[in-house]
Amino acid sequence: MNVVNNKWIGQRTIRPDGVDKVTGRAAFAADTTMPGMIWGKVLRSPHPHARIKSINTAKAEALPGVKAVVTSRDIVDFTIEKGAVMLGIQDMRWMCRNVMARDKALFPGHPVAAVAATTEAIAAEACKLIEVDYEVLPWAIEIDDALKADAPILHEFNKFDGKPSNIMGRIESKKGDIAQGFKDAEIVIERSFTTRPVHQGYIEPHACLISVAADGKTTIWSSSQGQFMVRAMTSMLTGIQQSDIRAIPAEIGGGFGGKTIVYLEPLATLLAKKSGRPVKMVMTREEVMRATGPTSGSKSTVKIGAKKDGTIVAAHGSFYLQAGAFPGSPIRGAVGCSFAPYDIPHVLSEGFDVCSNRSKVAAYRAPGAPIGAYAVECVLDELAEALKMDPLALRLKNAAKEGTKAAHGPVFPRIGYIETLQAAQNHPHYAAPLGKLQGRGVASGFWFNAGGESSAQVNITEDGNVVVTTGHPDIGGSRAGIANICAELLGIDYKRVSVIIGDTQTVGFSNLTGGSRVLFASSMVVTQAADKVIATLRERAAKIWEIDPEAVKWENGAAHPVSPNAGQFEPLTLADLAEKAPSQGGPIGASVQLNTQGAEGGFGTHICDVEVDVDLGIVRVIRYTAVQDVGRAVHPSYVEGQLQGGVAQGIGWALNEEYIYNRDGKVDNPGFLDYRMPVCSDLPMLDCALVEVPNPKHPQGVKGVGEVPLVPVMAAVANAVHNALGKRFYSLPMSPPKVSEVLDAPTQQAAE
Amino acid sequence: MPKLHVTTSVNGEPVEFLCEPFETMLDALRGQLGLTGSKEGCASGDCGACSITLDGRLVCSCLMLAAEAEGHEIRTIEGMAKGETLHPLQQKFLEHAALQCGICTSGMLVASEALLAKNSNPTEEEVRFWLAGNLCRCTGYDKIVRAVMETAAEMRETAR
Repeated sequence: MNVVNNKWIGQRTIRPDGVDKVTGRAAFAADTTMPGMIWGKVLRSPHPHARIKSINTAKAEALPGVKAVVTSRDIVDFTIEKGAVMLGIQDMRWMCRNVMARDKALFPGHPVAAVAATTEAIAAEACKLIEVDYEVLPWAIEIDDALKADAPILHEFNKFDGKPSNIMGRIESKKGDIAQGFKDAEIVIERSFTTRPVHQGYIEPHACLISVAADGKTTIWSSSQGQFMVRAMTSMLTGIQQSDIRAIPAEIGGGFGGKTIVYLEPLATLLAKKSGRPVKMVMTREEVMRATGPTSGSKSTVKIGAKKDGTIVAAHGSFYLQAGAFPGSPIRGAVGCSFAPYDIPHVLSEGFDVCSNRSKVAAYRAPGAPIGAYAVECVLDELAEALKMDPLALRLKNAAKEGTKAAHGPVFPRIGYIETLQAAQNHPHYAAPLGKLQGRGVASGFWFNAGGESSAQVNITEDGNVVVTTGHPDIGGSRAGIANICAELLGIDYKRVSVIIGDTQTVGFSNLTGGSRVLFASSMVVTQAADKVIATLRERAAKIWEIDPEAVKWENGAAHPVSPNAGQFEPLTLADLAEKAPSQGGPIGASVQLNTQGAEGGFGTHICDVEVDVDLGIVRVIRYTAVQDVGRAVHPSYVEGQLQGGVAQGIGWALNEEYIYNRDGKVDNPGFLDYRMPVCSDLPMLDCALVEVPNPKHPQGVKGVGEVPLVPVMAAVANAVHNALGKRFYSLPMSPPKVSEVLDAPTQQAAE
Repeated sequence: MPKLHVTTSVNGEPVEFLCEPFETMLDALRGQLGLTGSKEGCASGDCGACSITLDGRLVCSCLMLAAEAEGHEIRTIEGMAKGETLHPLQQKFLEHAALQCGICTSGMLVASEALLAKNSNPTEEEVRFWLAGNLCRCTGYDKIVRAVMETAAEMRETAR
């Protein structure tokens, strides 16, 4: 595709769902009701670790107004012994135990029963009447506690190195021979880091409304990052076949990875089935904070060896990530992404998946990658300082490029990492003067990106306009991108293209919205469907003109003869051909389903300026520039929005966000007042520089853009704080108490 | 305790409803009145997604009892556009892509309108501090702040 003379691709059009969202009309998960609807509530474990000896629901069931009670007995059991049953990256053995505790409760907030009643108040009252006999067990929350020799073991069947362990797995990426690599090095820097678990922080709590008819026909209204994931998981956990479950995607009020698994849907389905009434369930913010997400806390050690000229010769990273109650921390992202921006001959990157008594982690924007990049990019900053090199020059000297073999496997095709470094070097921000107690840091980051299954239909309406149906919940403006692309391909005004997200029974299987895959994958299927539609339109015109379809071209929204030789005919517009459709072969439309391939990784480089209030220990970000190779900015405003949103989340992770635990092993700050996400007055304008190196494997050159912008942020902020204060922080968040502590400590030379 | 009978005005229309004494204004709006544009993100006054105005004053409807609406004037996001004509803030939010998922958007717009009613020429800092009670996790606030400032400039121009 010609990327220069596009009419709609690259335009900042008004998003198709925009007016509904600025007028309050858009229907999110909690915004719908059904006749006869009742309310569901979850009873949750108060203990971090306890054996469930018995549950007695008799008193709750006898309470007037209570219509159904469910416990783990009602959920399909995927037994440990039978081995893994995977749905995407989720093992259903853990999923069935996460939605409802079976033999053990593994974190405070772990569901143990659910009730449906005619009012929310009665449902809550009934939860209190359920008698659970717990045997409280010792617990471990922090990684170090979970790794101790005498640590309480969450999953007794698990062994690591032949012993019962909370380490549930280990993976590695390897290239060359690090022993040799470090021998070749003239300078070696090794540092250890910790990060805290952080929540995705979507403003919309999980919610659903579910009806199950007497014949098992089930309708699910919920917000998630994948209606097909909701259908499949609900089916597997309730035993209702997928063809009987219609999962309708509500507008989603933020997800960031956290809505890629189910929490409420299987419970509400079972309650609706038992009661014969539609059941609505809405989590409170406290439930969201206690029982959903977050991403892992971590402990990492990174060792990098280089020549005196800055050539990196060896790198070793070991990343321990908190999985929470069940295995599945994002070690793949930490291991695979951390060193990917660099061409290093000898690399060993290892990840350990550690269970502990806190909620099971869920995906969060580039899962694992920001944790790894924080450690690697901070060590690189120290390396640049030790070598007296500019930190961007050090990265440029070692940058991965076309032909570089990454430790996690692939050989990079044409990539734009170097371009991001050059754009950062040339950005006015990088040369701007800094004041007292101000500092500047840079960091880079990589994310794999993803393709996968996608389906779409492109249908021409009777009045000659276009309806596109895709299967991916729109989390950041993907409908706007699809409208731009479809208008471009068909040569019509984008306002004539309506883009909707189909439910599971009206559009073909489409995998989750996640991994920065949606615009990449869905524009690929939409392009193929539009091409088929155009082929039909050319055939119809050819038939009317009685010429060969090859002699008809589609241009500016109409069929034209390819040349005067083909004949002299007035163009036939989309409206003309739609009007004639009934007599010329019937409805015009096409549907395409693909397992899309060719999603190439994305790279970004960030520049951050901070100012430190040394009296209060407050670090403020005063200027920020995110540079990213975005492939092709189909809708630049929403591409920038992805960058700005990722940066804001990273600043929260770097400076403030953390769970605070009390002595009982419970989260003490399960709300937005004390779990401090960035507010408007915390941030400056967030500048973006979009580098466009088109993806050669995509019809419009699209690369995923949503994940990368979170990856470099914590390191960029940490490096800026060091530049401002001359002191390095090796743990996040760099919150006021921690900064004050370091500032108040007696001055000492940083160890080399 | 029996339900309370409340007579009030919502978006300029006379309204009556019954509520429990403990019910919040947000519950009444979303429940009895079917106005689901105001959202519940926290129920503790921290996120601002439920922002409405009470006699022109910006409040979190999750922190207000429904019974307190008696005799007062409530305005919500549903009353912001005039028929088919969007409020300049709504239009500017669309043009600036100042929303992604949209869950905070109702509250952001109601809060921004309340700001511009008090201060037609806010500085960036004033916008940022006024909106500090409205959480957005998607946008990093950049485009929201720009949209509010540009709307203010245009409204000043129009008013001249």
